[in-house]
Amino acid sequence: MLNRQGRPSSAGQAGTTEHPTFTGNKALAQIEPLLFEIGRYDTTGIDIDEPEDFEPRLGGLERKEAIGLPGLSEPETMRHYVRLSQQNYGIDTGLFPLGSCTMKHNARLNERMARLPGFSDVHPLQPISTVQGALELMNELGRYLVTLTNMTAVALSPKAGAHGELCGMMAIKAAIEARGEAKTRNVVLVPDSAHGTNPATAALIGFVVKPVPAREDGWVHVEDVKERLGPDVAAIMLTNPNTCGLFEPQVAEIAKAIHEAGAYFYCDGANFNAIVGKARPGDLGVDAMHINLHKTFSTPHGGGGPGSGPVVLSERLAPYAPVPFVRVGKDGFELVEQASDAAEKPFGRMTAFHGQMGMYVRALSYMLSHGSDGMRQASEDAVLNANYIRAGLSDLMSLPFGNKPCMHEVLFDDAWLKDTGVTTLDVAKAMIDEGYHPMTMYFPLVVHGAMLIEPTESESKASLDLFVATLRDLAMAAKNGDKERFTGAPYHAPRRRLDETRAARNPVLKWTPPAPVAEAAE
Amino acid sequence: MRYLPLSDTDRSEMLARIGVKTVDDLFADVPKNLLLKEPVDLPRRKGEMDVERILSRMSAKNVPASSVPFFVGAGAYKHHVPATVDHLIQRSEFLTSYTPYQPEIAQGTLQYLFEFQTQVAALTGMEVANASMYDGSTGTGEAVLMAHRVTKRRKAVLSGGLHPHYAEVVRTLSDMASDSVVTMKPDVSGAEDILSQIDDSVSCVVVQSPDVFGNVRDLKPIAEKAHQHGALLIAVFTEVVSLGLVASPGSQGADIVVGEGQSIGNALNFGGPYVGLFATQSKFIRQMPGRLCGETVDADGNRGFVLTLSTREQHIRRDKATSNICTNSGLCALAFTIHMTLLGETGLKRLARVNHANAIKLADLLAGVKGVEVLNKTFFNEFTVRLSKPAAETVERLAEKGVLAGVPVSRLLPDAGLDDLLLVASTEVNTDDDRAALCAALKEVL
Repeated sequence: MLNRQGRPSSAGQAGTTEHPTFTGNKALAQIEPLLFEIGRYDTTGIDIDEPEDFEPRLGGLERKEAIGLPGLSEPETMRHYVRLSQQNYGIDTGLFPLGSCTMKHNARLNERMARLPGFSDVHPLQPISTVQGALELMNELGRYLVTLTNMTAVALSPKAGAHGELCGMMAIKAAIEARGEAKTRNVVLVPDSAHGTNPATAALIGFVVKPVPAREDGWVHVEDVKERLGPDVAAIMLTNPNTCGLFEPQVAEIAKAIHEAGAYFYCDGANFNAIVGKARPGDLGVDAMHINLHKTFSTPHGGGGPGSGPVVLSERLAPYAPVPFVRVGKDGFELVEQASDAAEKPFGRMTAFHGQMGMYVRALSYMLSHGSDGMRQASEDAVLNANYIRAGLSDLMSLPFGNKPCMHEVLFDDAWLKDTGVTTLDVAKAMIDEGYHPMTMYFPLVVHGAMLIEPTESESKASLDLFVATLRDLAMAAKNGDKERFTGAPYHAPRRRLDETRAARNPVLKWTPPAPVAEAAE
Repeated sequence: MRYLPLSDTDRSEMLARIGVKTVDDLFADVPKNLLLKEPVDLPRRKGEMDVERILSRMSAKNVPASSVPFFVGAGAYKHHVPATVDHLIQRSEFLTSYTPYQPEIAQGTLQYLFEFQTQVAALTGMEVANASMYDGSTGTGEAVLMAHRVTKRRKAVLSGGLHPHYAEVVRTLSDMASDSVVTMKPDVSGAEDILSQIDDSVSCVVVQSPDVFGNVRDLKPIAEKAHQHGALLIAVFTEVVSLGLVASPGSQGADIVVGEGQSIGNALNFGGPYVGLFATQSKFIRQMPGRLCGETVDADGNRGFVLTLSTREQHIRRDKATSNICTNSGLCALAFTIHMTLLGETGLKRLARVNHANAIKLADLLAGVKGVEVLNKTFFNEFTVRLSKPAAETVERLAEKGVLAGVPVSRLLPDAGLDDLLLVASTEVNTDDDRAALCAALKEVL
């Protein structure tokens, strides 16, 4: 019906040769210059009236120099950033099995809720009487987190996971100081498999980091911990489920040993999403644990933040929680902003205001939507999906700790790539060509050429089946000597492999105007 | 459950394929007695409508800034954010992407970070900027730690005009790290004698301008004295719009510039998420915290961007890292960059002039209200007034009248004996009617 002019509707002569274009663009794949190459210093995309004349009161400190900020009109701005967005891979694009990062579905209901004016358009220092609903939301989120973990208190304000770690370790340090042991207890045990943030956090506030070596079964053993315990040990920082994707079976014994030695148990909660509604860290003997709202409770990762890292605390550490925190008073919710107003002994303050309110709303929206039954189901599905991938690939790819059940993520090493000339990095880049975001690679460090795959509960069985089939095809190709498919990959991404060495050797961290072209000689 | 694609049939088939009977067989490593048999004691799942009802009810108990004459500042400011900004940051490819560890499929994020870094460097008058920090206050804490690394000294001097919450964040971090901090007494006039505190033991001097009382501070003499003693000047700002009108900290000799970028592109959000801006001189980049995006080329020779200098970072250096930071404030940085692109040089300078002009108008009107004394000689869009009654009570009474008048200094500094002082901010969103309403309400309650 649409072809009344007799135009040929067949696909025509589909060719296999390259057809360079005049613009360099390839249909929907557009090349987008930098803002600084297309913007103009006299252009603005915002209409606002010039004020009436006034006498500045800046004490003679007016800016005299130009800033160097080009502008674009609104349509140009829209097109510039839409085109940039099209060079990005997101969860909404496809399977994003980045182990330990938990790239689960980001429900847009949560976005809508976070933009309700009573949450997004309130100031952190408005009178308390005008923000009762916002405090109620914080209190409710805290109640959910404390219930899910069976802990005593929560410090909501940390801005991200590593900031939460810092908060938890500060609470531990404050508790040790209160016991008069600040000088003697300064060692923190950190397993080799831990996230790099753990040792970095402990070192930041003056603890001496002592590693706990990894065992060949992927677990931390209570005897290895006991061996290192003594009056100098302040805490252990243990990730559970751990970064190898395994639940630590001796966690309760480790906690007991730690407590008997007078130390505290910091749990890295990055992988809490595997056990929400299935097991409670408080029951396992944890004293402090941060929760990445951007992982477990699906607040968007946003290309690298903003995150949110509330810390739940045991009874022993609860008194040291930093300001501010919400308290239920006789006339409604109160916000304790000064240590001197607290009955407890807050160790200080993590950030200027009350933390990541926008993320609190999204996380609570997630929790209300799932409910206690849905959150439990989500954990089970996440674990089921990871094990389904394990089962689908265990004959072709190598599992460093044997073919045993994993939690929400499955860890392979690169033993299966031996003698193929293909590396973990190459496999990752070949996955890009197949339309997938690669898994986490080369982490944890305890496994050679690690590939850590976390599908999350957001994937359907059909999606997992195709993913497994794709990885099987890649594995066969690697084993059959089709090296080029890997070492040259990606072939189809907006960019080919990028030269990271060059970037580090001669850092170019901002745009600079091109040097003026010298006048051509006569 | 609408977010979970697996059906019960799928689950059974998958369990069979894995070779276990029940899903709890996959949780076999959890101690039996600690594995929960039932969902925890919280409400069951809810549909979208119910969730909307619950959260809308909570939201409705708050007074949004846009609904009243609004003059609250002190580190977070109500500005107009163009609709384009919020639309663009909700693009799936931005919103649902991760840290750009696979640069070939993250050029969108990397390019806007490169643009962001360039904009922040230009605004602050510095050579390099990072890809953002959590917020201004945590950025200030990191700046102090960085200065200690650079100078190999461990004593910071904080101006009394530094936002008290920022000072508290720095003190908390420093106490924990056993570094020393000297905090000057709050001085409403901005005339504190900070120069006398600078000697050869000092690593850095931290000065905010405009300071928390609104004074525009001359940083040049402080930079000079600091440099004479081998110390660094850390210049802090909480209102980034001021940089459109005030001489940049870089041009005044700052070594590290750190501040809050919320005003551009980001909503008030009851305190977060915000975006910390962090800039310094090239010679210090290897001591800089946070992520950095750099330019390079791909295998075909095309320009591209990657995260770079990550050997400073925790995932490589572990306990020797420059910071434990693992994330930036990506999406808020994107909002900043888009808003700044819309503004451009012309728009930012005009926006800054409008803010300053509105604040001047308000200061002059308030000066005519009995019981109100404007204390500032200099200010940008926020200043301090002395009231004839305690500011905290006054603010409460004004709130009852539907005017959010500002921040009582006692809320930030309860023990400083400054209970009669009020911080008042005025941005482009305030109208003549707003200003008249504030003056009228003040006349009634004072």
